[in-house]
Amino acid sequence: MLLHDTALIYGRYLRQSLRSRFALLFGVLMPLLYLLFFGPLLTDLPLGGQASSWQVLVPGLLLQLGLFGASFAGFTIILEKGQGVLERMRVTPVSRLALLLGRVLRDATVFVFQAVLLVLAALVMGLRAPLAGVLIGFAFVALLTVSLAALSYALAMKIDTPHGFGPVVNALTMPSMLLSGLMLPMTLGPAWLDVLSHLMPFRYLVDAVRDAYAGAYATAHMLYGTLVAVAFALLAVTVGTRVFRTAGA
Amino acid sequence: MAIISTAGLARTFQTKRGPVDAVRGIDLTVREGEILGFLGPNGAGKTTTLRMLTTLLAPTGGAATVAGHDLATEPDGVRRACGYVAQSGGVDPQITVREELVTQGRLYRLTRTRAAERAEELADDLGLTELLDRKCAALSGGQRRRLDIAMALTHRPAVLFLDEPTTGLDPGSRADLWRLVRRLRDGHGTTVFLTTHYLDEADALADRLVVVDGGVVVAEGTPSALKLRYGGSTDASLQDTFLAITGRSASPADAAPVAV
Repeated sequence: MLLHDTALIYGRYLRQSLRSRFALLFGVLMPLLYLLFFGPLLTDLPLGGQASSWQVLVPGLLLQLGLFGASFAGFTIILEKGQGVLERMRVTPVSRLALLLGRVLRDATVFVFQAVLLVLAALVMGLRAPLAGVLIGFAFVALLTVSLAALSYALAMKIDTPHGFGPVVNALTMPSMLLSGLMLPMTLGPAWLDVLSHLMPFRYLVDAVRDAYAGAYATAHMLYGTLVAVAFALLAVTVGTRVFRTAGA
Repeated sequence: MAIISTAGLARTFQTKRGPVDAVRGIDLTVREGEILGFLGPNGAGKTTTLRMLTTLLAPTGGAATVAGHDLATEPDGVRRACGYVAQSGGVDPQITVREELVTQGRLYRLTRTRAAERAEELADDLGLTELLDRKCAALSGGQRRRLDIAMALTHRPAVLFLDEPTTGLDPGSRADLWRLVRRLRDGHGTTVFLTTHYLDEADALADRLVVVDGGVVVAEGTPSALKLRYGGSTDASLQDTFLAITGRSASPADAAPVAV
């Protein structure tokens, strides 16, 4: 029943995403602007290591895409609460977990699609990276999206208005982006900043994807990145499930 | 036979300004096949009670059974037996009527083919056939309300909960909706539990009324029994009866208009 219901909810919301193709493309705009107007500034800078600046920047932009996009996923739940759609579904026997998972998997699909567009654009700009590494990068984007979207939906269930939701999410995402070294490796900074950034889970993800883009798969970064990404996803889905099971109660 | 019975059903909300007792203890029974009018002033706890009976909100006190299922321990059984139309309705304006009806069937675990057939049946039954391929946003208020009810009838529920179903409808649409409610009860034996602020509606439609105020039941009975008891005669208006029950105004005897 969970699979049936999840597929049903996934289909409903994927069709919703496909209806608004403009929004689908608009989501890639911010990382694309960074790629076009910020990326070229880095090409001759010493970023440490052998990798080209694109192999350092693109993994960061991929996770930025997931971070900013998925964190705001909860907005749609706030709208649906207003329309009564959420309650109408919650009075049916549909699995509560499916109401969360169907949405979250839709988000992961959308963001992987956007990530593919971003990487294609990066190839044009000069990125060269092994295919396996690029695919690993997509897997990390998907996991990050699942985690953040689940938390975003859980938060949105607790907040009734968009203007209560937006500032909270903004206040969380901006420091997360700056402190995880998405734009430039944290190793370039002073020691205190580097240490502080290790408290950010995304730091481990971006380090892992940068290794993958450089073709290094059996590294400590990859191990920690995978562990942190999986643990964060489990934690987020657990929190989300708990909220969806008891919501309104 | 009672299809709904509640004992001391209560709900307290924790707010920043301390606990708020929205529903203090509701005791009521609804008989199978009855149309029950659930009345009360704004804030009396009507919607909160409805949301508890439909499993949307967990009670903080008391117990209830709906269609033979215990609210606390068998929420899935309650969900399969109930249809619910919220005040706001519950359709996505960007989706077509057909897609909403089919999705609803699938949420009630009908197969794809059966859900598509059921959507056609419901549309035929509620006069929505011409509108099946329109977006929900393009429907009029009356059409929207019929769609909301069609969605709630997908699984042929034993009990239909309607929260202020005719608010905002024009007189023609209201009359249609009354006919529909009677037809459901007469044709399918559906028990209908409806809240309303329109006392003419309660008078015309309900077999029995339950009046709540301050989160408890303050009166119940047939419309004429309530009029006799609280309004002084069976010819009293339900409006005066209601005001006398809830104490929101002086008794009918000294209801002299206040100069303005």
